[in-house]
Amino acid sequence: MSEPLLAEPLLDVRDLRVTFDTEGGTVHAVNGVSYTLREGETLGIVGESGSGKSVHVLAMLGLIPRPPGRIAGGQVLFRGRDLLALPERQLRKVRGGEIGFVFQDPMSSLNPGMTVAQQIVEPLRIHLGLGSRAARARARELLDLVRIPNAAQRLDQYPHEFSGGQRQRVMIAIGLACRPKLLIADEATTALDVTVQAEIIALVQELKRELGMAIIWITHDLGVVAGISDTVQVMYAGRILERGPVDDIFGDPRNAYTLGLLRSLPDLSGGRAGRRRLHQIDGSPPDMRRPLPGDPFAPRNAYATARCRAEMPPLVQAAGAAPGHLVAAWYDLPARLAEEGAR
Amino acid sequence: MSTGAPLTEAAGVAAPAAATPREPGSLSAFWRRLRARRSAVIGLAIVVALVAIAALADVVAPYDPTATDWGAVRAAPSLAHPFGGDEVGRDVLSRIIYGARASLGAGLVSVALAVALGLPIGLLAGYAGGWVDAVIMRLTDALLAIPFLILAIALAAFLGPSLTNAMLAIGLSATSTFVRLTRAQVRAVAAEEFVEAARAVGNPPWRIALVHILPNIVPAILVQATLTIAAAIIAEASLSFLGLGQQPPEPSWGAMLTVAKNFMDQAPWMAIWPGVSIFLAVLAFNLLGDGLRDALDPRQRT
Amino acid sequence: MSASAAPILSVRNLSKAYPLRAWWGGKASVFRAVHDVSFDIAPGETLGLVGESGSGKSTIGRAVTMLNPPTAGTVAFEGTDLATLPPRAMRRMRGRIQTVFQDPYAALNPRMSVGAYVAEAFRLHRPGMGAGERRAAVEHLFERVGLDPAFLGRFPHQFSGGQRQRICIARAIALRPSFIVADEPIAALDVSIQAQVVNLLQDLQSELGLSYLFISHDLRMVRYLCHRVAVLWRGRIVELAESDKLYEDPRHPYTQRLLSAVPLPDPVAERARLAAADPHLPPDVQPGDLVEVAPGHWVAGRAIA
Repeated sequence: MSEPLLAEPLLDVRDLRVTFDTEGGTVHAVNGVSYTLREGETLGIVGESGSGKSVHVLAMLGLIPRPPGRIAGGQVLFRGRDLLALPERQLRKVRGGEIGFVFQDPMSSLNPGMTVAQQIVEPLRIHLGLGSRAARARARELLDLVRIPNAAQRLDQYPHEFSGGQRQRVMIAIGLACRPKLLIADEATTALDVTVQAEIIALVQELKRELGMAIIWITHDLGVVAGISDTVQVMYAGRILERGPVDDIFGDPRNAYTLGLLRSLPDLSGGRAGRRRLHQIDGSPPDMRRPLPGDPFAPRNAYATARCRAEMPPLVQAAGAAPGHLVAAWYDLPARLAEEGAR
Repeated sequence: MSTGAPLTEAAGVAAPAAATPREPGSLSAFWRRLRARRSAVIGLAIVVALVAIAALADVVAPYDPTATDWGAVRAAPSLAHPFGGDEVGRDVLSRIIYGARASLGAGLVSVALAVALGLPIGLLAGYAGGWVDAVIMRLTDALLAIPFLILAIALAAFLGPSLTNAMLAIGLSATSTFVRLTRAQVRAVAAEEFVEAARAVGNPPWRIALVHILPNIVPAILVQATLTIAAAIIAEASLSFLGLGQQPPEPSWGAMLTVAKNFMDQAPWMAIWPGVSIFLAVLAFNLLGDGLRDALDPRQRT
Repeated sequence: MSASAAPILSVRNLSKAYPLRAWWGGKASVFRAVHDVSFDIAPGETLGLVGESGSGKSTIGRAVTMLNPPTAGTVAFEGTDLATLPPRAMRRMRGRIQTVFQDPYAALNPRMSVGAYVAEAFRLHRPGMGAGERRAAVEHLFERVGLDPAFLGRFPHQFSGGQRQRICIARAIALRPSFIVADEPIAALDVSIQAQVVNLLQDLQSELGLSYLFISHDLRMVRYLCHRVAVLWRGRIVELAESDKLYEDPRHPYTQRLLSAVPLPDPVAERARLAAADPHLPPDVQPGDLVEVAPGHWVAGRAIA
């Protein structure tokens, strides 16, 4: 991947930190996350619960409850403007306008008491200032765009009259209503059946080709990320552990956590009898109330060194890897794997 | 990992536990949350003070509450009688102190009665379901349809007016609240997966109800009980005011008001102090109940 | 479709229907959540049950364990028809048939210590056991599932999801059952924890000779873990075969559609799959009776082209 050096990135996240004050102590949910996103780029973010993958985007859209949430530092430059410094009024204009988003649960994200038309029209009127007639016409176009049949008739129906997959399509229609530059999908297909997920992913791919927006696709499913991403970012304990072009992340992982995730997928080669035991990552996810001084994955990492436990490695270009393939690790994973292979 | 021995997971268990020495569900965590709410602490302090005064009435009351003193008839508050004297020269302060026994006692006993009746019945209705539930709910509907005062007057008519019968009337009329609350809570808890898990391991129905469901509905019952005590104190005062509760010469805040209303011009302190007492007690139990509700709300937990 | 050994569980013509209330003037009808399902599970075998939400897979899991008894059909466990067993006898039987639930956060009683939760199995089924003996047995179980017995006295919220699922598994194996229904046991767990639990289930199977009914929507894990797989669609089995055979040679159009929708964790293969994906869905066909198209490979009749 060639980073365009001259063009200003669409999104530039700089050292974002988010904490939550709870009874048990302060939860350090996002601990210095920095990355950029180009126009039209699809970024897949993988991580498990507590990795900060969802919290950090909610924080940049001003959607975490404050308190108990707190933005402890950082900047989020979207087309040059710092979203974290914007007053709520202006942030509202960005949210649902230039940045569209789709969340996991389409049933609770849609208002059950409002028709679909009312909910699509809302952002159009707020952000684009369309009149009611124009907004309704556009809402119809949007339902057509997300391939909901008989859009004109279905506009005046309520969310419960749509199937789960169709509700998620409606959410995408709302997300796309104002022709966003960036669409953020947070576990947008996790609650859906696999065939419906396939339809939604195909739809998003098509829409991306038509509309050319950038996408941040947040998921725990490595399979989904593999197909649609240009860049993949692996998060753990509120940090980015690895980031790079999709083929390099899957083909040449440099962080032990990425490797562990890839290896823990069932290996289906060979007959049932010859199948090896699943590779498992031992231990439990970290306690985010007590951040470790070093690499947060070190306690579960067989390759960890003393330095890993003492000092957090920076996210830097991985030696010998493709340009733009960044890793946070003190150990040299390919070398360690080669040693293992030799033994 | 080899699954034959305690493993790395153990470290994971130890870590969060060390960060919070006591689990959020524990009594100490509950105290911490309750203490964080000033109004609840105030409520609790007043309740504790009132209960202590009622319990130690023999020690703290300056006079016998029924002893008359001709020199103190409708006497204004003074050093000898800080709250003044009533129409037959009894010490108002002492009567307020002994009256706390009737008021708090009526609140506690009647609510205890309501819980003792309502909880098992609600548990049965909620967990058994079907026609048992239908019959119980229709009966509580019927009970709810009887106005409280009519019930109290009827009981007084049959059994004679007394504090005990007033408590009985208050307790009976509060019972349906607890039946309904318990039933609703049981149904909510029974839908949870751990109840199905309890069935899956072979628990008989009675054990599911008592061991798995009951402990999970106690917080809601406790909150409701506290709030109902406040209502019961008012109910007792009303019944005593009407002559259906505490019988003279024994003191009760409500009964004191009955007499005081005839002397509002000459001796307003006879009415003010019982009124303030009722107000304080009711306020305290309401504050405490609201605080408990917040402190026990599982959504507040991390 | 019987397995080679005498089956430990034999399900025949199982149906579960829910009455739907009729509107005024309308006709009362029933919703058939599961319709005429039959299968066997051999000792030591894992049968996978896959299908989408509403296909009836959890309903089957709860019907064969009589947690939500079927409305028709027989469920023979070690030769006993569970559907006709009186409640008391069924409760005794629960020592031999266990369930591991989907959500380990919801399946544990929040106000019961995890030690007491596991000990409950002994309390109910081994009344003669003394307290010390029971504690020793629970400690042993904790070690067996990879938890430190020092944490017996703690409460569920102090454990992570993976640890909670281990606690559930410890209770499930306490009475040495021969059959466990695992209803989406890894769906609520983080990716890095799923392999731990799957490995544990497999170790226990080889050690205790357990049979599993493994209900899951994770089609890759099902292929990996299960000996045979049944595909459910709208409450019916549309295809049942040895797992590799089913995945390599799916015959029913629904199975084909389902399997082709699974994302592949390999960028090149996944992009190719997306490019080849046909967004036009084959028409829904009401499946007929199962027909054996190859030894042990059953497909719902009318659908075979």
